[in-house]
Amino acid sequence: MSVDILMPALSPTMEEGTLSKWLKKEGDRIESGDVIAEIETDKATMEVEAVDEGTLARILIPEGTEGVKVNAVIALLAEEGEDTSDVSACEPAANGSAIEAEAPSPPPAPEPAPATMGHNSANLIDPDLPEGTSFTDTAIRDALRDAMAEEMRRDDKVLILGEEVAEYQGAYKVTRELLQEFGAERVIDTPITEHGFAGVGVGLAFGGLKPIVEFMTFNFAMQAIDQIINSAAKTLYMSGGQMGCPIVFRGPNGAAARVGAQHSQDYAPWYGHVPGLKVIAPYDAADAKGLLKAAIRDPNPVVFLEHELLYGESHPVPDLDDYVLPIGKAKIRREGRHVTLTAHSRMVGFALKAAEILAGDGIEAEVIDLRTIRPLDTQTIVESVKKTNRIVTCEEAWRFMGVGAEICATVVNEAFDYLDAPPTRVTQKDVPLPYAGNLEALSLPGTEDIVAAARTVCEGM
Amino acid sequence: MGKAEPRISVPAPAFRPGDTPGFSRLGLPRPGHHARPDILADAAEIRDLAFGLVGVLDEEANAVGDWAPGLSPEELRAGLKTMVLTREYDNRMLKMQRTKRLSFYMKSLGEEAVAVAATQALDAGDMLFPSYRQQGALIQRGAELVDMMCHCISNSRDNLKGRQLPVHYTRKDLNWFSVSGNLGTQFPQAVGWSMASALKGETAIACSWIGDGTTAEGDFHAAMTLASTYNAPVVLNVVNNQWAISMHNSISGGKAPSFAAKAIGYGIPGIRVDGNDYLAVAAVTRWAAERARGGGGPTLIESYTYRGEAHSTSDDPSKYRPKDEYEAWPLGDPVERLRAHLIKLGEWDGEQHEAWQAECKQAVADAWKEALTYGTLEEGPHAPVPTMFEDVFTAQPWHLRRQRQELGV
Repeated sequence: MSVDILMPALSPTMEEGTLSKWLKKEGDRIESGDVIAEIETDKATMEVEAVDEGTLARILIPEGTEGVKVNAVIALLAEEGEDTSDVSACEPAANGSAIEAEAPSPPPAPEPAPATMGHNSANLIDPDLPEGTSFTDTAIRDALRDAMAEEMRRDDKVLILGEEVAEYQGAYKVTRELLQEFGAERVIDTPITEHGFAGVGVGLAFGGLKPIVEFMTFNFAMQAIDQIINSAAKTLYMSGGQMGCPIVFRGPNGAAARVGAQHSQDYAPWYGHVPGLKVIAPYDAADAKGLLKAAIRDPNPVVFLEHELLYGESHPVPDLDDYVLPIGKAKIRREGRHVTLTAHSRMVGFALKAAEILAGDGIEAEVIDLRTIRPLDTQTIVESVKKTNRIVTCEEAWRFMGVGAEICATVVNEAFDYLDAPPTRVTQKDVPLPYAGNLEALSLPGTEDIVAAARTVCEGM
Repeated sequence: MGKAEPRISVPAPAFRPGDTPGFSRLGLPRPGHHARPDILADAAEIRDLAFGLVGVLDEEANAVGDWAPGLSPEELRAGLKTMVLTREYDNRMLKMQRTKRLSFYMKSLGEEAVAVAATQALDAGDMLFPSYRQQGALIQRGAELVDMMCHCISNSRDNLKGRQLPVHYTRKDLNWFSVSGNLGTQFPQAVGWSMASALKGETAIACSWIGDGTTAEGDFHAAMTLASTYNAPVVLNVVNNQWAISMHNSISGGKAPSFAAKAIGYGIPGIRVDGNDYLAVAAVTRWAAERARGGGGPTLIESYTYRGEAHSTSDDPSKYRPKDEYEAWPLGDPVERLRAHLIKLGEWDGEQHEAWQAECKQAVADAWKEALTYGTLEEGPHAPVPTMFEDVFTAQPWHLRRQRQELGV
């Protein structure tokens, strides 16, 4: 098999040059590294060095030729044991770019395709609560705190860093008393540089620890998004599987009350878009605890979206030593047969209230708490829609490219024949969240919007 | 537009194509000028090091002054050999790119000592967070050229499975983190890694490099702040090779007297070192490493050097700087200077040097040939296609299995 010798480029901008001199002739033995020719442009000259060894079988471009295109074949090299007379004279490619492709070696046989798989959430099951399990009403901020404290007791590699997490106990008191229990080396106050301490957190994870990075709000994490996406989410893949980043980025997400557009945004669709990240957005205290414990144990980077307006709300949390929930499993919070309502985080509460109101109209709504945004439990959603034939997605984020868009597309794709009405989305108005109370209320989606959307899709039911 | 005199200015290099380059304006101190402070010296006491230039090798190739690191002839020879091998590797890879056997490459001509001497001064367990021109460090750590080449052409032996740009080597086994394509992210990560090591009670430190241009990134300042706040055991290097592609370092440096001087505001020692002086780079890195290991915290080292070649195979430096500027660089060539020093010591000679160069050339040619047996850039074989869906998460989620099935692999 002969080897093509190509016209080299002196610089990235060079397109053609003069083949000024051949230093070897046909039939000469060539060693790798031998200078075989000289080329020149109006700027410089360069020696052409043989890369491979063999015998110079044919010179295709005589010396003195001007305007030889970069990467044109200028000579053919016969390899060891090859008869130079067998080397076929292939014409130099006209545009200099086409290299005669050798027959590729056959690719390895594809491994047998596994049996077709459906969605996977069937094997993800919330832990059974033993009979007689007691419950304690717990505020969400305390459920989150308990989750971190339990995991920090369980694994000394777990630590937390962020603004105000130590002395001040967290801007929202989510890290209450952690400094006292675990000390300043595991509960670390950081300077106000989200990008910086997110990067340090990523480095801690690469260094074998399991950091929890608290953002005072996810709005401020915009500054850190390069570390979250380009480093935390992509390194396992880009390193060929050598280095992963077990880290949790957590903090309040979504609209608080009257804090303006730069403090009020739901980032679920932003992070949900990214391969390599898991994204969790719980609604109640038990889920907040069980899912944060799961997030801390997960070997992948996890974005854990809390809600400022839910921190003070209390819900029963099972009194178990180790309550861990599966990531990637939605929860049906209310069963119904007429319309499916999907929601995450604070919107779950509105969806449940809406279902209450709709029940008065004779509309039985099924409320699905997504809990995890990525991986999204589409199985639970699709099965529900096959039963109810209607769906309204509810989220605090903007509609364009939102979580609801993904759910609606999936439902249309996988349950099209079951749909009795177009999938509908309830979202924030498509404006940065205004400050004035009246405008803020009009902009954000709430119970009434969900009720109205559900009534619309159920018309003529 | 108003008529007032403009009060802003955009810096420009002293010389552009067509000009005769010269560096007499730099006014650099002579080798041996600076005293070597105690490794735990107060940063405030050693500020002069940020404005000066630590040098060891003088014009006569003697090792002079306090900073002479006392490396053994064996260590010096090893360093020289690695630098020569790195240069031959670079030369071959550029040629391969110019003939389309490789898509992209970045040489380290003139900057070999910055990477090789620093790595020799560190422990094997210290974690490196490199930038673009530290391939010499990887070779110093023992990477096989074949493996480096296989990565660069994404063939079946590419340990990154065809997922990364050429020269973005990643070697966990050699304590070499990935090269970051978006510049500077490795600086705070190195700080974090070094803190993890300290929190685990281990002695390993981290060492990172960025270019002069990247000091303008927030990552640089965040890393300096956090390294200072937590006294992180980390060595942070700015390789000031004068150019960020076509932008002269005055664009990122502004009115700063040096890049090392930026450390002063953070309360961190800043040391400017002659980056083309193997002994000086080794000495300063060793000082910083000992300081970090001894609880003295971070050091910022500015390696003063010159990028001898294009930024990458995608730019043509003759368009933005004088062609002969590299020849005019007053700090010489790191390989030649160490070679002359070893010859002066009677530990090396011209014949040995030529023989080693020839050996390297052959080793690189042989490695390339072997690399091609694992596949070529265009024809492969490449990583098996099903692996495209692996390592997104530690366990493959169902939707990726499904996407793989849809692709029929």
